[in-house]
Amino acid sequence: MRVSLRSSLTAFALAGAMYAAAAPADLKFAYIDPLSGGAASAGILGQKHMQFFVDKINAAGGVNGEKITLLVYDSKVSPQETLIVLKKAIDEGARYVLQGNGSSVAHAITDAVLKHNERNPGEEVLYFNYAAVDPALTNEKCNFWHFRFDADADMKMAALADAIKKTPKIKKVYLINQDYSFGHAVSAAAKRMLKEKRPDIEIVGDEFHPLMKVQDFSPYVAKIKASGAQAVITGNWSNDMLLLIKAGKDAGLDVSWYTFYAGALGAPSAIGKDGVGVVKQVSEWHKNVAPTLDPDAAAYEKRFTQKEDDFAFWRIKTMWAMFVAAANKAKSNDPVKVALALEGMKMDTPLGPVEMRADNHQLLQPLYVSTMSDKVKYDVEDTGVGFMTDVKIDAEATRLPTVCKMDRPS
Amino acid sequence: MLELTLVSLLNGVVYGLLLFMLSSGLTLIWSMMGVLNFAHASVFMLGAYFSYQIGRWIGFWPALVIAPILCGLIGAAIERYGLRHVHKGGHSAEILFTFGLAYLIEEFVTMIWGRHPLSNPVPPAIDFSLFQIFGTEFPAYKGLMMLISVAMFVFLWLALKKTRIGLVIQAALTHPNAVAALGHNVPAVFVLVFALGSALAGLAGVIGGFAFLTQPSLANTVGPIVFVVVVLGGLGSLAGAFIASMLIGIVQTFAVAIDYSLLDLLQALDVGVSATSPLREFYSIKVAQAAPILPYLLLVIMLIVRPRGLLGTRDV
Amino acid sequence: MSGEATAFSLASTGVGSRLLRYKFWLAAAALLIVLPHVPGLDGSFGRSLLSQMGIAAVFALSYNLLLGHTGLLSFGHAVYFGLGGYVAIHFMKLLNAGLPVPIAVVPLVGGLGGLFFALLFGSVTTKKGGTIFALITLGIGELVYAASFLLHGFFGGEEGITANRVRALPLFGLRFGPQIQVYYLIAFWAFVAAALLYAFTRTPVGRMCNAVRDNPERAEFVGYNPRYVRLVAFVVAGFFAGVAGGLHAINYEIVAADAVGMLRSGTALIMAYIGGIGHFIGPVLGAVVITWLQVNLSDYTHAWLLYLGLFFMAIILFAPGGLAGLIMMHAPIVRTRAFPRVLAGYAVALVPAIVAAVGASILIEMSYQLATHPELGTKIRLYWMDLDAATPWSWAGGAVLFAAGAVLFRLSWPFVARGWQRATAELKQSAGGVQ
Repeated sequence: MRVSLRSSLTAFALAGAMYAAAAPADLKFAYIDPLSGGAASAGILGQKHMQFFVDKINAAGGVNGEKITLLVYDSKVSPQETLIVLKKAIDEGARYVLQGNGSSVAHAITDAVLKHNERNPGEEVLYFNYAAVDPALTNEKCNFWHFRFDADADMKMAALADAIKKTPKIKKVYLINQDYSFGHAVSAAAKRMLKEKRPDIEIVGDEFHPLMKVQDFSPYVAKIKASGAQAVITGNWSNDMLLLIKAGKDAGLDVSWYTFYAGALGAPSAIGKDGVGVVKQVSEWHKNVAPTLDPDAAAYEKRFTQKEDDFAFWRIKTMWAMFVAAANKAKSNDPVKVALALEGMKMDTPLGPVEMRADNHQLLQPLYVSTMSDKVKYDVEDTGVGFMTDVKIDAEATRLPTVCKMDRPS
Repeated sequence: MLELTLVSLLNGVVYGLLLFMLSSGLTLIWSMMGVLNFAHASVFMLGAYFSYQIGRWIGFWPALVIAPILCGLIGAAIERYGLRHVHKGGHSAEILFTFGLAYLIEEFVTMIWGRHPLSNPVPPAIDFSLFQIFGTEFPAYKGLMMLISVAMFVFLWLALKKTRIGLVIQAALTHPNAVAALGHNVPAVFVLVFALGSALAGLAGVIGGFAFLTQPSLANTVGPIVFVVVVLGGLGSLAGAFIASMLIGIVQTFAVAIDYSLLDLLQALDVGVSATSPLREFYSIKVAQAAPILPYLLLVIMLIVRPRGLLGTRDV
Repeated sequence: MSGEATAFSLASTGVGSRLLRYKFWLAAAALLIVLPHVPGLDGSFGRSLLSQMGIAAVFALSYNLLLGHTGLLSFGHAVYFGLGGYVAIHFMKLLNAGLPVPIAVVPLVGGLGGLFFALLFGSVTTKKGGTIFALITLGIGELVYAASFLLHGFFGGEEGITANRVRALPLFGLRFGPQIQVYYLIAFWAFVAAALLYAFTRTPVGRMCNAVRDNPERAEFVGYNPRYVRLVAFVVAGFFAGVAGGLHAINYEIVAADAVGMLRSGTALIMAYIGGIGHFIGPVLGAVVITWLQVNLSDYTHAWLLYLGLFFMAIILFAPGGLAGLIMMHAPIVRTRAFPRVLAGYAVALVPAIVAAVGASILIEMSYQLATHPELGTKIRLYWMDLDAATPWSWAGGAVLFAAGAVLFRLSWPFVARGWQRATAELKQSAGGVQ
């Protein structure tokens, strides 16, 4: 008894000494996402997730004795604004960049980080991407400094195709997407994967509408209706998705919606009960993946109590867990060493094993296709509706071939 | 085919009437005062937010009356305390003032209601299906919207052509001095016109809030299209604005149904386009893809070819 | 506006003023050389801020050739900035592929791109001025922006086109990797562009632009077709917007759809107007101030767009001459004996103005936090105060500060007015004495 008391006191003293020694240094992460303007809600939600996990890691003593500081910048979803704040962040000592919203911004950052690291050896910066899903980022445009923790558009589409495969009553599918690179990527992937997994399905429409320009989706709904489709696949987000589903509801359109982004950021509030049974989403998590809510998600929702403040980004939890593991493995917080440790890292999570692919820096994680339901234990955005799993796809099954060729630091 | 055509026609008419509802107030302000009011769509957005808030506090039907009145009062204040002061700076200063105002209203709305789209469901009283056409339902709120839009047209038409005050308003635009000499208060007439135009925008907002999403970027999404309607219709022409609204509504709706591109047309005409032609990408845009930008194309062409619009009596 | 604009501050002739002008340009060049070594601006961030200001200044100056000099209100000037930028970035890709040309000429290529498209669109859009012109530019802006998503080959979709400024023929051994080299490249081009634009305003056609703005009929009597004058101004403005786009391409090494967007057109307008469209230097002032606000204010407050909007409205309502107009207004009275009195009046008025501003910002910040960041709770630290938006006292305090400040400001205004009266009286007297 006495011994244990003494040893715990020593441990306490040691920990205190370590803390005192480590206090002056801190590890700076720059979070760059929209914080003003129309897309701000997405960026602010991400910021809360980041802050939650940073505080948790710091409360546990930090990483390699260093506390993490989250520097927050507004990307204004503009590549140009992003690059200027990126410079500011690097000037202020940030060696890690966190970003998610806007593939255009992601392309700008990955390109700028690559150039920065070429031009400033010894001051390398790592880029952790938690939501930009353009497949090119881990294929043609991949580089060593970029790590993606969200499944890319192709992987998500593959998961949706798996779900459709298990629904034999779907014979005709309609594709409607925003007319820009992401929408085209979704459409191309849908055609490819449906052909592979359900060759009997007929694609009765492949529609592209201008990004964020359509106010009235009734004409599109009329077209969908006339085509006789039983399911609609859409990568639409924000207004383009909400208005589409709203118009479908107004016209009494009877289809299943296979979506990428129906699970958060005001979408459940705007869709509400109309989506029950018909709106499906693909995501790496939802509140009802397990019988009880994950303790982190519960703690998060205790801290952020507002209606829209749902815990939504499981991948951010995975990202920080992997970062801490990699830094511990490298015994250093140096970006180059952390990157080398992160490559190929495998980890067990409550949802199953995950892996950071070494060949293209894409995280493989379990994906869920789920349906909106009003008979769930945990609802979203206080709407009374939540999501229920249809299909779970294991991490390994989401692996897709890549054309990535990256230069590694020697 | 018949089914798609009829449903599209109905959709086009509904959308056209919605556009008219949005732009009737602007037509009034623009033709009577010559002010290109960039903040018109912002007042429309305020109407949507007011009706949301009043609907929560009191109910939908009172909101239908109170929200437009509030918007009218705001419009009167904008004219009296803002526009009148920049008037001496010419039309550019007026446009810039309303441009800045639009910007401010968006931030103001964010400051009160936040950035997320509000969940603004159709009130139960008008949340039912009016009829079915080929299995496509027609919601009652759209019916109410059509009714209000047509009522606005009739009201404005009668008010301007058949009432004394309407005649004074029309005269005050072209001959302010003569009207003042006859003992009419011209500045008060301007305040009245602006208030009325804003109230109409507010009324549109109450209904439009259901058709669109009630969020701070609402004004930006509908703003430019409203200008298109007014320009196409022609300055000073209520009937023109009505026709232009219907035209845009129907053209846009039908364009969505056309899955052909210029390339298909050229090939049908046996005109070869080489696979490497730099314009090939341009030719292969489908009409459906370009549908929502057609109004802007119409706007530019109309302004170049016939700046007075369809039924306008003088140039913009 | 027109009265303001005819008082073109640098337009007076005579040997003395010519010398003054010469000195002015020399001083500007010296300032551009020294700036990136001033403490606070000598980091990579400071230098990229200066670079951004330089690009914005060229863009705002080119915009003002339309608005201030020719009286053309455009809502789509970013079209020429962005299309110039796209042409420039495609040219940079050619350089990356081995075309033996130094990167320093890229802005010229961007300018030619801007000029080409300005000529193409301008030939139909400049037929009329006024509201028709404003609306056409709005429509073309929307069309080009929409096209940037439809035509993937040229515009590269939402992720835009990227290139590398370092992989090109070095110029005197410079590879333009470090920001400081890029800054000097931008400063050089900005200086040249400003000088050329200024020179343009002094040519007969440049003068005719003013005439077309003030009175198109009379301009026609003198023998100039207003339509032709408008087109020339439009094309020249398009060229310099393209130069700015080229500089943008070099600085960011990426051009994306937002380069042609409405937001950027609006920014040019706001910069030119806040700086002052009646003075040649005005847009430069506006570009510097707005860029600084854009980059820095957003770090301190989420309500920065609101403050920017309020600033813009205040300028429109109370100082249509812009910042340059406010400064130039004082030029004649600086030497008067009453000038200290004017300053004293300002000092008296400044105190309640600050009080009112603090009160307003308390209300704004509290509302913003409640509406957009409810998770941060109701407690706010603002300036030196700890506030709690949950108590009515914070709201009442903010409101009282604002109201009291506003009333006192109004009451203090006679002090300023009296100072001005004296100063102008003195000016009249001395003018009378000379005669």
